[in-house]
Amino acid sequence: MAKYAFFPGCVSRGGCPELYPAAKLICERLGIELEELAGASCTGAGVLQEKNQFLGDVLNARTFAMAEGLGLPILTICSTCQGVMSQANKRLKDDPEYLAKVNSHLAEEGLEYKGTAVPKHLLWIIIEDVGLEKLSSYVTAPLEHLRVAPFYGCYIMRPTDALGFDENPQRQTSLETVITALGGQVVDFPGKSRCCGFPILTINERNSVAMVAKHTTEALDLGADAMVTPCPLCHLNLDGYQPKAMSQTQRNINLPILHLPQLIGLAMGISPRDLGLQRHIISPSDVLGIVGAATP
Amino acid sequence: MQVTFKVQRYDPEVEAPKPYWSEYQVEVNEFTTILDSLIQVREDTDGSLALRCSCRSAICGSCAMRINGHAGLACKTRVITIASEGDTITIEPAGVMPVIKDLVVDMTPFWDKVKAVDPWLQPQGPEPEGEYLAPNEDMLHLAGVMDCIMCGACVSDCTVLEVDPNFLGPAALAKAYRFVADPRDAEDKARLGMLSDYTGIWDCTRCYECVQVCPKGVAPMDRIMALRDRAMHIGFDKTTGARHTDAFAELVGHSGWLDELKLPIKTVGMLNLPAMLNFAPVGLRALRRGKMPPILHKMLPNVENVRRIFRRIEPED
Repeated sequence: MAKYAFFPGCVSRGGCPELYPAAKLICERLGIELEELAGASCTGAGVLQEKNQFLGDVLNARTFAMAEGLGLPILTICSTCQGVMSQANKRLKDDPEYLAKVNSHLAEEGLEYKGTAVPKHLLWIIIEDVGLEKLSSYVTAPLEHLRVAPFYGCYIMRPTDALGFDENPQRQTSLETVITALGGQVVDFPGKSRCCGFPILTINERNSVAMVAKHTTEALDLGADAMVTPCPLCHLNLDGYQPKAMSQTQRNINLPILHLPQLIGLAMGISPRDLGLQRHIISPSDVLGIVGAATP
Repeated sequence: MQVTFKVQRYDPEVEAPKPYWSEYQVEVNEFTTILDSLIQVREDTDGSLALRCSCRSAICGSCAMRINGHAGLACKTRVITIASEGDTITIEPAGVMPVIKDLVVDMTPFWDKVKAVDPWLQPQGPEPEGEYLAPNEDMLHLAGVMDCIMCGACVSDCTVLEVDPNFLGPAALAKAYRFVADPRDAEDKARLGMLSDYTGIWDCTRCYECVQVCPKGVAPMDRIMALRDRAMHIGFDKTTGARHTDAFAELVGHSGWLDELKLPIKTVGMLNLPAMLNFAPVGLRALRRGKMPPILHKMLPNVENVRRIFRRIEPED
């Protein structure tokens, strides 16, 4: 059984409370053992970094040091956390002097980051560590007739130099790979790696909602029954603000947005209620009909 | 080896013009660039293909276009780095800007925005006899942003410009940073005030598209983040964007992780009735579904350690 230091991030225990239990459920099924980093802080999500990047790097180095202490790689379930951690880790590993300066702020807590942490999103772990063959072997209810549009979230796609895309080119199409392994049909669309609009939601709601509208209608017009995302921040906007996108565009969009672990869970035959699908703003009942699961 | 170029075309002179696709087979070697291939098509196969280019060396910034869906310089992209024998490469004009013909876009909106940030030095005091001098070390940090060749790749792929043509955009904002951060410029405050308004620095979604596609390493988004920091420090800290950043830092600095219930309220202000009413339907829908952050936000088990880090590094908060 592979073991990881679990970094759930804020949103899976906050605005998307359905994600945390769904992720734990499918990890258990896949034989992924999790030890939660209960004392780890927020990554800063790129917001804290616009005020003080150094502060963000100290907080992430603290989390990395905790994982190093456990001798475990880090498992994240949020594209934003993944990207922010990867960028911080690159800065810390590239510059020993900078790392030493960062470590001086961790000493009092008895922590020191040595530069060996490996933060990895569940999406990558499934492909690179668990393996697609093993994933497929757990599929009891293949998503045969389900057309799924992938939606990555910016920080798991860019900037590529921090995300290890050169060494791991499969990461660029990881969502499509997983959808296919679950038996589903991929609906490829240009918006899949664009911004969901969430970061400017309170600052410029019109633009933020226009992004939700653009991506969801684009996927819908290409025949998608659902959209899947490895990023809970994208979920908050694409699901939570889709009603506003519908008013803005005067279109009946109603495209269910699934968290990655929920899509995997459905293919494993886990009950929609256990996956928290009743908590979505856009009802996934059509999706459940297509995959033959009962609506919670 | 041979590859197929699938090129988006547009001819404004036909009746009811609309985009269409043309495909060309091109023989390439290890050195052939996308631009070489397109020129070869124009010279040998289809003289009607319109494209813009000049230096062929990633200096003039004329040949930005979308290559397999992402903006880049055709002259800086070698075919073998993105395709193998028999592959198809998709070429489209740069995004956001209106297409004049085929791969040639009208960059007027691009230049209008660059002009809107007053892209010239505005020093104070008597004019020196020679140049306005600055120590080398004060200018070094600007070298990266001064590498901008105005190709428009960042603007092409900007996610905000896609939905809001009024946004100043990554190129113009990077240019603004170039002058705000120039030690000889005396108009920081006026510049940052203008940039703090709608269409400016706070409208960026931080999506990294511009950082990823810039062929010269200008990292426009990083400049926008630096402008946000400077704007807040110089006193423009009451904009919604600035309040959002401050509230985020305050909340994480207090409990160690984000209290998502308090963030929007602190950002817009509890007494901002219209904004609070705007949240109401979203909040009620979420409440009904149980898609809500916990009402009682717990502290991180060892929160004092996080608080101490905040106190030391951001003492003013």
